[in-house]
Amino acid sequence: MTAAAEQLTAHRPAAVPPTLRTGRYSMARTLKYLALIFFLIVVLIPVYVLLVTSFKGTGDADPSRAWALPQLWTLENWQTAWTALSPSILRTIAVVVPSSIISAFLGSLNGFVLARWSFRGADIVFTVILFGMFIPYQAVMIPLTQLVLNLGLPSGVPTLILLHVVYGIPITTLIFRNYYTTVPHELIEAGRVDGAGMLRTYWSIVLPLSIPSFVVVLIWQFTSAWNDFLFAVFFSSSQNGPVTVALNNLANGALLQNYGVSMAGALFASLPTLIVYIILGKYFVGGLMSGSVKG
Amino acid sequence: MLKKLRRVGPPLLMLAPSLILVGVFVYGLIVANFTTSLTDNHTAAQATGQKPAVVVWFTNYIDLLASEDFQHSLMNLVLYTVVFLAGTMVMGFLWAWMLEKPMKGEGIFRSVYLFPMAVSFVASGVVWRWLLNSNQDEQASGLNRLFQMVGLDALQNNWWNNVTFGIIAIAIPAIWQLSGYVMALFLAGFRGIPDELREAARMDGASEWKLYRHVLFPQLSPVALSALIIIGHMSLKAFDLIMSISKPANYQTKVPAVDMFVFKSSFDYANAAAVGSILLIIVAIVIVPYLIRTNREEKQ
Repeated sequence: MTAAAEQLTAHRPAAVPPTLRTGRYSMARTLKYLALIFFLIVVLIPVYVLLVTSFKGTGDADPSRAWALPQLWTLENWQTAWTALSPSILRTIAVVVPSSIISAFLGSLNGFVLARWSFRGADIVFTVILFGMFIPYQAVMIPLTQLVLNLGLPSGVPTLILLHVVYGIPITTLIFRNYYTTVPHELIEAGRVDGAGMLRTYWSIVLPLSIPSFVVVLIWQFTSAWNDFLFAVFFSSSQNGPVTVALNNLANGALLQNYGVSMAGALFASLPTLIVYIILGKYFVGGLMSGSVKG
Repeated sequence: MLKKLRRVGPPLLMLAPSLILVGVFVYGLIVANFTTSLTDNHTAAQATGQKPAVVVWFTNYIDLLASEDFQHSLMNLVLYTVVFLAGTMVMGFLWAWMLEKPMKGEGIFRSVYLFPMAVSFVASGVVWRWLLNSNQDEQASGLNRLFQMVGLDALQNNWWNNVTFGIIAIAIPAIWQLSGYVMALFLAGFRGIPDELREAARMDGASEWKLYRHVLFPQLSPVALSALIIIGHMSLKAFDLIMSISKPANYQTKVPAVDMFVFKSSFDYANAAAVGSILLIIVAIVIVPYLIRTNREEKQ
């Protein structure tokens, strides 16, 4: 997994023989850049729409001005959206932070045992856990609502923390297991020879080596829990739920025709994950790569 | 015996919390869901346990699969998955192929192509609902208006409001969002191919096409398979996009996951559970062989 991420970010030295830098070659290069820029613009179209519409007042509602810049730039939509969404953003933080930390920690324990303190049948145990990553959650939703009800957990934040922890276990286990298989056996054997038990080895040898993986896993869990809508819509309301539910309600509610407010709201809802992506992009990509089982 | 326990005991103890949680929340609930799907639990009174539910075996499945309504959902899911898979694989490979060799500005292109992945389907759904507005000509906004502005009026259409192909419009934002992911997978694949391999092929006088056909494509096929599995599996996420773009009540764009939500909302737990089980079977048919294969390859 991490190897893949490094391959992705590492620059290979250019291996182009100088003789190839002739007419046909630079023509091909120009075409390539043109294509790349074309796709760049296409990918950014929704961003343009989002930004421009969020600053438009009601005076710009006419469809003929759909793609034009605002006649009058206003912050009104941003204020309305912030008032509507800020409580749910706080709740999302309350869900995402503890659930990422707990599931990362569980995944690290599992990954260590499965990769480096193995026992007969460990592979089967791993596959059994991994399958949980691939199930469509629709296949557990009905009994899950009854189970949550029976557990007496209040809907909203507490329920969502539990669900993100539980259903995060497979992916976090996968990422840590793949990472720990790259930790040399000798390191762990050295600990064993010194008489260190399993927990001791984990705590003093393995855990300090795991920081990069923790960053990858935390970002992955943070992003997927922040962006979750399925669990949120089944287990919370816009009064006690995360920002995805609140945003969906905002976009469908009384302000249905006022796209400016929902666009500003969509930006608010996306900012945390976008900031993480921009600042910690390398680790973000690492998490993506781990999604492919073999890493 | 004691020695064996000492060896297997601690690791199992350490795995125990996760195993119990996964055992209950994944496997236990799958069984419970299947059990519910075999009953006539169709009313709120039964859902809350005030009235008993009777086992009707596979009646719900038979009724669902026979109903034109649910067939439409399944057809939509197939259409969506095919377009979504084809779109992301083609775009992802194309981008990776263009960015594979070191070049100026590659970091910017990569980052921009990948960024939609960081955004939730609900947030992007807000923009795409605007872009995929079905109004045309004078009233057009969104992409239809853009088509007019660049002189491609003929491309105007009613997007997700088309009964047969509306679902394909929902695949467009999904492709926008996940092509960068496929690109990242392919880029990692390209960069995992040793330079010597290409050099050797070039030495042997292989043409550019032959190099791809016989050297690079075979090396990339495991990556392509992973991408297909992950993206194919994500097509079930269409739920989020549909909920935010076209609403669950829309016949045009409904898929089984949406049906499941609608059944659940009306306390028809038996049918909701049956739809869930059908989705699980569809996924398992693809995933289980993949997991077994990966497991076997790792052992070798």
